[in-house]
Amino acid sequence: MNINLTINGKSYSQDVEPRLLLIHFLRDVAGLTGTHMGCETSLCGACTVELDGKAIKSCTMFAVQANGAEIVTVEGLANDGKLDPMQEAFWNEHGLQCGFCTPGMIMAAKQIIDRHPSPTEDEIRHGLEGNVCRCTGYQHIVNAVKAAAAGAGK
Amino acid sequence: MIAQKFEYTAPKSLDEALHLLSSGAKPLAGGMSLIPMMKLRLAVPEHLVDLRALKDLNYIREAGGQLHIGATASHYEIESSALLRQKCPLLTETAASIGDVQVRNMGTIGGSVAHADPAADYPAALAALEAKFVLKGAKAERTVSAADFFVDAFSTALQPGEILREVIVPIDDARTGTSYKKMVQPASGFAIVGVAARVRQNAGKVSFVRLGITGLSNHAYRATAAEKALEGKPATPNDIQNAAALVTQGVDANSDLHASADYRRHLAVVHAARAIGTAISRIA
Repeated sequence: MNINLTINGKSYSQDVEPRLLLIHFLRDVAGLTGTHMGCETSLCGACTVELDGKAIKSCTMFAVQANGAEIVTVEGLANDGKLDPMQEAFWNEHGLQCGFCTPGMIMAAKQIIDRHPSPTEDEIRHGLEGNVCRCTGYQHIVNAVKAAAAGAGK
Repeated sequence: MIAQKFEYTAPKSLDEALHLLSSGAKPLAGGMSLIPMMKLRLAVPEHLVDLRALKDLNYIREAGGQLHIGATASHYEIESSALLRQKCPLLTETAASIGDVQVRNMGTIGGSVAHADPAADYPAALAALEAKFVLKGAKAERTVSAADFFVDAFSTALQPGEILREVIVPIDDARTGTSYKKMVQPASGFAIVGVAARVRQNAGKVSFVRLGITGLSNHAYRATAAEKALEGKPATPNDIQNAAALVTQGVDANSDLHASADYRRHLAVVHAARAIGTAISRIA
């Protein structure tokens, strides 16, 4: 089946099998390997991308379902070599150790401040429930989201 | 994990979808349960009909003194609906407790209800709300009550070729308080046990109670013995405890690696008392 979608502002038109998962389209067809395949069972959130403005798990969606959609992956955040404020905040606040969960964390974190420009700690933790980090214990990730929200408000 | 091969159609209209479904295709909504099952090959549909893009299934509106929710309204759309927050806060509270943000962005009320997972959250709220479900096939449409809809684990009153088109819930008056309390299974976000309470008071006494229970047995149900025990009482802590103790009456409790049957029964009683107490505290 032929699908057309936009990823990070670039159009793709491709013939795909209906069973191809969106994450495989992103990584293997579009060559965007920033989105990580973690658990493959919809639990860990490492594969989170933005689909038409909403954070979704790309391992639990077929590429054909994204026909006509606009997708943003972690590669689409930096602008002209300048990191997105959320990326900057993860760096400054040491919001990662091994970094495997980070692309998904950042995409979920961006959804939090899209919906709650000044999030409470509860809103941040609730917003990160779908993302698992096995290194940090989450505290620095929560701090990073707070810092990004504070910076974005300035 | 790659699903078995299948054919995929994104129909332009509900009629086209129903025509395909009547020839054996299976409906796909948010896919939050179906796609993981397909990846594990627990489900191997030959043809999927994607309902998500059908605009005439996606709405939340008030009409005729009731609230009408289209099947493909997502959990996030329900959780963030100002209309539902004001007129049916039990549903927004329940939707906000489902899974995680990503799941709520994709998952739909129609998909969740039609899938009828015994640990799903909505069925408790919809049982307590005495919701009605509009089921549509290629030829006819019918309305089924929540009590008759949930038949068994993953089994509903839906016939082959039918879809759940709409969920209808009542609008309660201001003397009604509601609450949903769940013991969450932390990996999946599903309810080990969940209790939805809907309580009305009149002149210092409980005049109306509806309790919906999920996770305890093969399908959500209303705990009618507990409801009767509380109605007419002033709802002292003792009254609430005595009523909550009856929520498991006559129910065959499930047992799995997350919780034994005895523990589930215990959780149901504890969460029923909390849900009733919170519901009463919210009465305006």
